[in-house]
Amino acid sequence: MSQIAFLGAIEVGLVFALVAFGVFLSFRILDFPDLTVDGSFPLGGAVCATLITFGWNPWLATLAAITAGAMAGSVTAWLNVRLKILHLLASILTMMALYSINLRIMGKPNVALLGEPTVLSVFDTLGVKYYYAAPIGFAIVVTAVAGLLLFFLKSELGLAMRAAGANPHMAKAQGINTGFMIIVGMALSNGLVALAGALFAQSTGNADITMGVGVILVGLASVIGGEALLTPRTILLALLGCIIGSILYRLAVAAALNTDFLGLQAQDLNLITAALVAMAIVLPTAKRAVFKPTGRPQA
Amino acid sequence: MSKKLLVGLLSLLPFMSPAALAADEKFVAITQIVEHPALDACRKGVQDELAERGFKVGENLKWMYESAQGNPTTANQIAKKFAGEEPDVIVAIATPSAITAAAAARNTPVVFSAVTDPLGAKLVKTLEKPGGKVTGTMDMLPIDKHLQLVKRIVPEAKIIGTIYNPGEANSVSLVERLKKESADAGLVLREAAVTKSSEILNAARSLVGKVDAIYLLTDNTVISGVEAVIKVGEQNKLPVIAADTDTVTRGAIAAYGFNYYDVGRQTGGIVADILEGKAPGDIDVQGVEKLELYLNPGAAERMGVKLDSKLSEEAKEIVGG
Repeated sequence: MSQIAFLGAIEVGLVFALVAFGVFLSFRILDFPDLTVDGSFPLGGAVCATLITFGWNPWLATLAAITAGAMAGSVTAWLNVRLKILHLLASILTMMALYSINLRIMGKPNVALLGEPTVLSVFDTLGVKYYYAAPIGFAIVVTAVAGLLLFFLKSELGLAMRAAGANPHMAKAQGINTGFMIIVGMALSNGLVALAGALFAQSTGNADITMGVGVILVGLASVIGGEALLTPRTILLALLGCIIGSILYRLAVAAALNTDFLGLQAQDLNLITAALVAMAIVLPTAKRAVFKPTGRPQA
Repeated sequence: MSKKLLVGLLSLLPFMSPAALAADEKFVAITQIVEHPALDACRKGVQDELAERGFKVGENLKWMYESAQGNPTTANQIAKKFAGEEPDVIVAIATPSAITAAAAARNTPVVFSAVTDPLGAKLVKTLEKPGGKVTGTMDMLPIDKHLQLVKRIVPEAKIIGTIYNPGEANSVSLVERLKKESADAGLVLREAAVTKSSEILNAARSLVGKVDAIYLLTDNTVISGVEAVIKVGEQNKLPVIAADTDTVTRGAIAAYGFNYYDVGRQTGGIVADILEGKAPGDIDVQGVEKLELYLNPGAAERMGVKLDSKLSEEAKEIVGG
């Protein structure tokens, strides 16, 4: 694996760490399986790319993308909380609707950003090599977001949200408005995913209607993979797990792209990636099983 | 934790092999958005043309191929991998792969293929002498010629229908062109949209009774499930005319098309020029040169059309079935 491919994997991994944060919020904190992300990821890219081609400042365009994602998340939550639609179905409905909405926003399936200013343009003026610029820039963003999330989840509102997800009945009994918590949490979650979509579009050079396909799976794989590696007991470790899980997933893809010498071919890519991710998840548990005594007295 | 991470990273080390190259060996890396008969044929064409020009895989050409399996994020990672390998030329098949390759490979020449609208995708600023590091071949269909063919097969046609996926960048630019060209040809266009291949049957049925003929573009979603349209055409005596010759073999009446193998050959020619030292910015973006008429008389009969005998004389291939 070349240095550029390695840094590229880190870069994409960092972008998807934001998705993992979002999935962590909905899936783990709120206990809300949320497929909206397959729509809010391209939504972020669509809003950001379209506004940039309209001549908006890329930072403002990114901010607008976060807002759009937050709105999408609150729609899913609203469908669930107010209209009592099952959470999974509610999120599927929003995801479906977003496909058409994203096409409307872009006016076509693909908005190219080649040669347009992006949030990464700052680094060009600083003279940093482009393949260092994106990972550094995204690392700063991910660290900042992780810090804010940590702060939020330890605040009173954040604690109430965690309670609402962990035990809704108990939370209600304590006077917590669980419906409101779900709406805020889902808005936050999808805002993060849309931010990831906006950053991804700017780093990859275009926003494409298909870029959301399977984002939820990557997010879940990152969250679960990170948990398997870290067995997190604190929020900080859980967030760290999201980042590590996401980067390892991308390194697995990068490794899968380098298996030519094993006689594996391009069409085997998804299979190899799946196998590598499964290995990463199982390895820590398997190791424990091998090294720890089984608990049964030895004869 | 950090130890686990270290172990994880170390286990990746065997994959990190530097590309060792002989001095006279050329290196071409090719990225493709998805495995698909037309795109695969295109890739084969590139390889064959290079071989004919004296660049043979295993002899004096290093050939690296990756498919993104339909995933734009993977396409991005492939582009980064190629940027790091620093090949002599990156060949990118289909629009999403081309954009990501052009964005990632700042100094390596990128030759795109099977891209419908390279200007719209901002791959190049002009088609003639595009400058920079990017050039290639585009597969914009000669829609005016196709509509003439439709009129020759169904002379009484006033309204034509088309089915496409609004989520495909290529199809959207094609439909845009089709709207304009059909107005110029005195035809009214009716569109039916699908988002996945399972919706094609209903979309085709929705056109029955409303249109005099169906003209299919090279929409990937529709062409992958084109049998549904053929079936509706045969059941309702509604002629189906295609833009690509492969679809005629599958049961459409006719197409005045090109095949992607030839597109690949043409692309391979550009790649060879660059390998021989020509600057990519000096090479014009090329349209498709070779057009062939394919006819399926059996299909015409089943769809209730009598074919002009002159057409059969012009046809390059008469296919049955």
